[in-house]
Amino acid sequence: MPKLKPAVNSKDHVQGNKGAAIELVEYGDYQCPHCGRAYPIIKSIQQKMGDQLKFIFRNFPLAQIHPNAVNAALASEAAGLQDKFWEMHDYIFEHQNRLDDVSLTKYAAHLHLDVEKFETDFEQPGLTKKVDEDFESGVRSGVNGTPSFFINGEKYNESWDEEPFLDYLKALIK
Amino acid sequence: MLATGTKAPEFSLSATPDQKIQLSQLKGKKVILAFYPADWSPVCSDQMALYNEMLKIFHKENAEVIGISVDSKWCHLAFAQDRKLHFPLLADFEPKGAVAKLYDVYDAELGECKRALYVIDEEGTIRWNYLSPVGINPGADGILDALEEMNKK
Repeated sequence: MPKLKPAVNSKDHVQGNKGAAIELVEYGDYQCPHCGRAYPIIKSIQQKMGDQLKFIFRNFPLAQIHPNAVNAALASEAAGLQDKFWEMHDYIFEHQNRLDDVSLTKYAAHLHLDVEKFETDFEQPGLTKKVDEDFESGVRSGVNGTPSFFINGEKYNESWDEEPFLDYLKALIK
Repeated sequence: MLATGTKAPEFSLSATPDQKIQLSQLKGKKVILAFYPADWSPVCSDQMALYNEMLKIFHKENAEVIGISVDSKWCHLAFAQDRKLHFPLLADFEPKGAVAKLYDVYDAELGECKRALYVIDEEGTIRWNYLSPVGINPGADGILDALEEMNKK
C-alpha cells in the first residue's frame, strides 16, 4: 500500500486538534467536481469526529483539464500567508463554478484579506513551488486521481461517501 | 509480462495520422510505456491525464512517456485534443493489439490492452514492469521509484 511521502510537516495546513489520533490528508483539486462533492462530507465528518481528527489539505491540481485549478490553489496559499488558508479553501469549494482570476480576487476581498498583498503574493515563485511540491509529493505517495485520501499515512481506497467513511474512521479509534 | 533485463521488442506505430514512432528512435532516453484499455475513461481519475501533468517531472529524469491502446489514430487525436495531452498516444490498431501481444499485455477476451507499465532504460532494456488491475489507475509512484532506482546504477 502506498504511503504518504513526505509525512505531514510544518509546511502543511492543518485543521483541528494537532494531537488527534486520526490524521486525514486530502489531495484535492479546487476545480474537480468530485472534490467539490467531498467538501461537505469532510466538513460533516470533522464535526462528528471533533478532537479525534485533524485534517490536512494538499494541492493536486490537474491543470490541463481544469484550467483554473492552479490559480485557485495559489489563491488558497496566498490567503494562507494572511492566516486565512482554510477560509479561502472553504470559500473556493463553495463557489466552485467561478474560479477565474477576477473572482478569486473578489473572494480575497470578501474574506477581508489585504487584496494588494494577496495579488503580490499570488505571483510569488515560492507559492508556485509549494503547489508543485504538493503535486509531486502526491504522485510519489500514489495519488491516482482526485480526491485521494490518506489516513495516518496510508492511502485510503474505500468509499468516501459519508457513512462508510465515518464508520471506517471511527473504527480506528476503538 | 516480459521480465526485467530483457530487451524491449522494437515496434513502430502511428502517433498521429501522419507520424509514426519507433521505439529505437528514443534510444538515449528512458521510456515509460503505458498500455491502457481505452481512450475516454472518466477524467479526474484518468491515468493519461495524470501522466500529462507529470511531464515536467518525467523530463527531469530524461524519461518520455508513451501511451498505447488499440484505439485508432483518429480516436487518439480526438482524445488527446479533448484532454490537452502533450505526449504521444500510439495506435496498436492494425493488426489489432500486435504490440501489446509482443509485450504480453493483451487481453484477448476484451480485445484491449491490459493496464500495464514498462520502464525501459537508455539502451532499450526493460528495467521495471507492473500489471495493474484493469479498473484501477496505477498512479505513478512505482514509475518514479523505478526511475530513481535506475539513476543509482
